[in-house]
Amino acid sequence: MSRLPTPITRPAPRTPARPARRRGRQEAATAWAFVLPSVLVILGLSVIPVLWSLLLSFQYSDLLTPSVWVGWDNYRQLADDPQFGQAVRNTLEYTALYVPLSIGLGLVLALVLNRRIRFAGLYRTLLFVPFVVSAAAQGVLFSFILDPEFGAANSLLHRLGVSPQGFLSDPGQALLVLVGISLWSGTGFCVVIYLAALQDVPRELTEAATLDGAERRHVLRHVTLPTIAPVSVFLLLWQTISALQVFDLVYVTTKGGPLGSTTVIVYFVWEQAFRNFTAGYGAAAAYVLGVALLVAAAALRLVRRRGDHRIEGATS
Amino acid sequence: MTDRSSSRRWPRLPFSPWHLLLAPLALLFAVPLIWLGLSSVMSDAEINRFPPALWPSGIHLGGYRFVLGNAMFPRWFANSLIVSAVAVVSNLLLGTLGGYAFARMRFGGSRVLLVLMLATMAIPFQLTMIPTFLVMRKLGLVDTLGALIVPSLVTPFAVFLLRQFFLSLPRELEEAAWIDGCSRLRVLFQIVVPLSRPALSTVAVLTFLTTWNDLSWPLIALNHDANYTLQLGLTTFRGQHHTQWSAVMAGNVITVLPVLLAFLAAQKTFVRSITSTGLKG
Repeated sequence: MSRLPTPITRPAPRTPARPARRRGRQEAATAWAFVLPSVLVILGLSVIPVLWSLLLSFQYSDLLTPSVWVGWDNYRQLADDPQFGQAVRNTLEYTALYVPLSIGLGLVLALVLNRRIRFAGLYRTLLFVPFVVSAAAQGVLFSFILDPEFGAANSLLHRLGVSPQGFLSDPGQALLVLVGISLWSGTGFCVVIYLAALQDVPRELTEAATLDGAERRHVLRHVTLPTIAPVSVFLLLWQTISALQVFDLVYVTTKGGPLGSTTVIVYFVWEQAFRNFTAGYGAAAAYVLGVALLVAAAALRLVRRRGDHRIEGATS
Repeated sequence: MTDRSSSRRWPRLPFSPWHLLLAPLALLFAVPLIWLGLSSVMSDAEINRFPPALWPSGIHLGGYRFVLGNAMFPRWFANSLIVSAVAVVSNLLLGTLGGYAFARMRFGGSRVLLVLMLATMAIPFQLTMIPTFLVMRKLGLVDTLGALIVPSLVTPFAVFLLRQFFLSLPRELEEAAWIDGCSRLRVLFQIVVPLSRPALSTVAVLTFLTTWNDLSWPLIALNHDANYTLQLGLTTFRGQHHTQWSAVMAGNVITVLPVLLAFLAAQKTFVRSITSTGLKG
């Protein structure tokens, strides 16, 4: 029947990856060779540690001598530990201040910079540059500027007739000062993300609304903001996760002090595991934070479901 | 009194009124970094008096001379450079291989593996930091640069970003070549990689930024100051020489400068990579 030879130069157009079974097997072997290094490093250094951390959180461990199984003891102890309680409060306070302020300021600045304004590029650069400065360098720099005795900040306040401030050495101010430093470095990130989102707001939509007689603030409220809502949710998630995990800046500037006023959860974990050598206890604290983060992320993902193009649209 | 009519009247000013908001704010953002540069070239007398001098009387390089003549500082710089360079090269290489396999090749379990790797991006660092330290100790890498290099060899971020980019390339280009008998590896490096410049530079830029700037992991993984990275060295520097602020600031300038220069040189790529991925690392 089939007199026509099967075309060998053009395999079936939609499934070019398996002309033959043997070739498919060879292909699979090559593919595994390609992904194996990544799989080993990524899964090896995440799945194993996550499970190990869970085990550790039920043990008494000083990282040196063999550990002892203690069940839920670490978690029970955490619940009664005033230092942990303070770390949780500090972390939440930091997050509650930093996240809305950075996003709000970022949105306002992006809206302004998105107008046809002179030097917009220069402003954007100036606002963004602190973002690439490491937390260690930020910490050293601001410890210098905010030094209560010799710092430039107090000297400036002195000139303005304001009495000198303790800044990072004042228990009542230290956390707020840390929020300020984080805003300095983190707002530019929100600006840049929002500016990119504003580029995607369809011009026809805003123009049509304006022609229909909508005032600028109505266009903002009913066209612009809804269009960039997915980006707002993303920033909310991203900034919250990074705020809950703040560590480097605290380590460099205050080391959790004064009087524990800037001890955040990750700092608490680090201190327990690598200072006090109570690694099991630290792991339990890390798990409390980890579970909280997962719950927060899952909640936001649910909200985000509406416009779900996360995996496939990452480069668009 | 609507928004529009008032903005009609504003252009009487020689500049847009928004500059009244933007200029002071931008200055506020720039001042700490300007102050960093200025104080690094002040003499110790200028820097230590109160109120401190606002402008250096000349360019004093004592701080830089002290830092660069210090036994440790050049070493820390070299350590940071080694770790970052290895991370960039290996993320590009392993990310390309892994990303290509996920984008174009068929193998059993690839979907599951992909989802699993995506999920690891959601794992917070502090959940893994203690056991990762224990893993590194098992491998005998604690207090060596290896402890910094191994975890940064490849990130799920690099694999995913490159996979997404490869998916967006037209299949036909590769098909012609590998039907003609080219190996997958040759197709990948002769056809796909040259087309993937934007994605590869994104991975390179962000990998450099995160490894160069990292502090917490070196803090955990290293003990002896000879093995420190620049970021970690900087934090100890302040305690040791806290009378000599000009040296500390000079060290800080040298720490900040590489990322700053990288950013200014590749500003377009940098900003695009941040916005297209929304990721810091």
